[in-house]
Amino acid sequence: MIYVKPKQIVIPGEVLGEGMDIIPGEGTIREGRKIIATVVGLADISGRVLKIIPLEGPYNPKPGHVVIGEVVDIGFSGWIVNIGGPYMANLPVGEAVKEYVDLLKTDLSRYYDLGDKIVAKVISVTRSKNVQLSMKGPGLRKLEGGHIIKITSYKVPRVIGKGGSMIKLIKEMTNTAIIVGQNGWIWIKGSRRKDELKAIRAIYTIEKESHTSGLTDKIKRMLGDKSV
Amino acid sequence: MIRVYEKRFDGRKFDELRPVKMKVDVVPSADGSAVVEIGNTKVIASVFGPKPLHPKHLQNPEKGILRCYYDMMSFSVPERKRPGPTRRSIEISMVMKNALASTLLLEEFPKAVVDVFVEVYEANAGTRCASITAASLALADAGVPMRDLVSAVAVGKVGGMIVLDLTKEEEDHPEGATDIPIAMVGRSGKITALQLDGAITKEELKKALELGKKGCSILYEMQRKALKAKYGVR
Repeated sequence: MIYVKPKQIVIPGEVLGEGMDIIPGEGTIREGRKIIATVVGLADISGRVLKIIPLEGPYNPKPGHVVIGEVVDIGFSGWIVNIGGPYMANLPVGEAVKEYVDLLKTDLSRYYDLGDKIVAKVISVTRSKNVQLSMKGPGLRKLEGGHIIKITSYKVPRVIGKGGSMIKLIKEMTNTAIIVGQNGWIWIKGSRRKDELKAIRAIYTIEKESHTSGLTDKIKRMLGDKSV
Repeated sequence: MIRVYEKRFDGRKFDELRPVKMKVDVVPSADGSAVVEIGNTKVIASVFGPKPLHPKHLQNPEKGILRCYYDMMSFSVPERKRPGPTRRSIEISMVMKNALASTLLLEEFPKAVVDVFVEVYEANAGTRCASITAASLALADAGVPMRDLVSAVAVGKVGGMIVLDLTKEEEDHPEGATDIPIAMVGRSGKITALQLDGAITKEELKKALELGKKGCSILYEMQRKALKAKYGVR
């Protein structure tokens, strides 16, 4: 017995359903026969699994995520990278630099220095939440210039849109380069400050109204498309 | 001779709360925040985290920890309160932490910390209850997973009558007053904080607890509404 409709806003403590045939998914727990919401979000039903798409919350790193981070510390054999959320990530030299590095003789800051912004991939997350990053892969690099804005990681799918439609729209209409990290950090670079601001405003609008429908048209109007 | 407290100073019924206002997402720089006004008691709660915890020896590898900080602003009371933590505010911080921690699912964030800061900017009795109510709302707004929301209210005995949600005037009643702050987990009705200041008989305490639970469930409904209002639901 499911008590909620899909896309309905639920809040912690709300009873979503009852019965042992329903499986509690992300953002829910089982309490006796009842399924209880643990976060604010939108209810989502797929078959027998009842889960919540959170609207707010800390970034939860998972292997495979491409994230944007900031180098906050340089250790003996790697870097500590802030990727937002509760945990710092580790970027070892072996995953970051292709050539052989003599750790005793090299100053690691010649590769990545404090404050550098990077695009990296999460390769592993242990049970005690040690996050490991890698720079090996297409598009993983140091970011030069541009701006970084931060949004809730759960709203990243809305910013990207179905098959990347939303982000493609913003890129084309504002003439900017945008990289969206799974952690909700977004890098924007345009040739003119005006374009960047336009893109930033569009992304913040998506974040604020992610739970409503008809967003694509709204963003189109906002960016000055007269046809809608 | 015991005079009976027949009519409340502010004209409320004995089982009536003061006018309540709640709003979430009021502090832009915080991860979650809420303001709760119960009569002339007004508090702001802001939540930061879960975030990395330092120094490292405070980290718990099994689950995240919760830190609460309760503070009264210097202008919140008729006579200026000296700023900074006091014996009283340290105790209330602990009471708040104990009232909230059992509802949070902190095992999802090992080694991390969630900070809750509550500022009382106008005090008129029941500040610890308003603080717990606001803190729970702010935690939910921050997206910290929790079993349920916690709401809190004070009940007491004033001039021989059991009353809900005491004001400062009632706490200072010449016949003496008993003050009982209660924090309750919304749906299950479990009590996570219970204090008692004054004298009360067993029968009266039972009556007071029933009244307190009633008050808490009204506040719980308001909390739910406040959270949904952020997303434009009703």
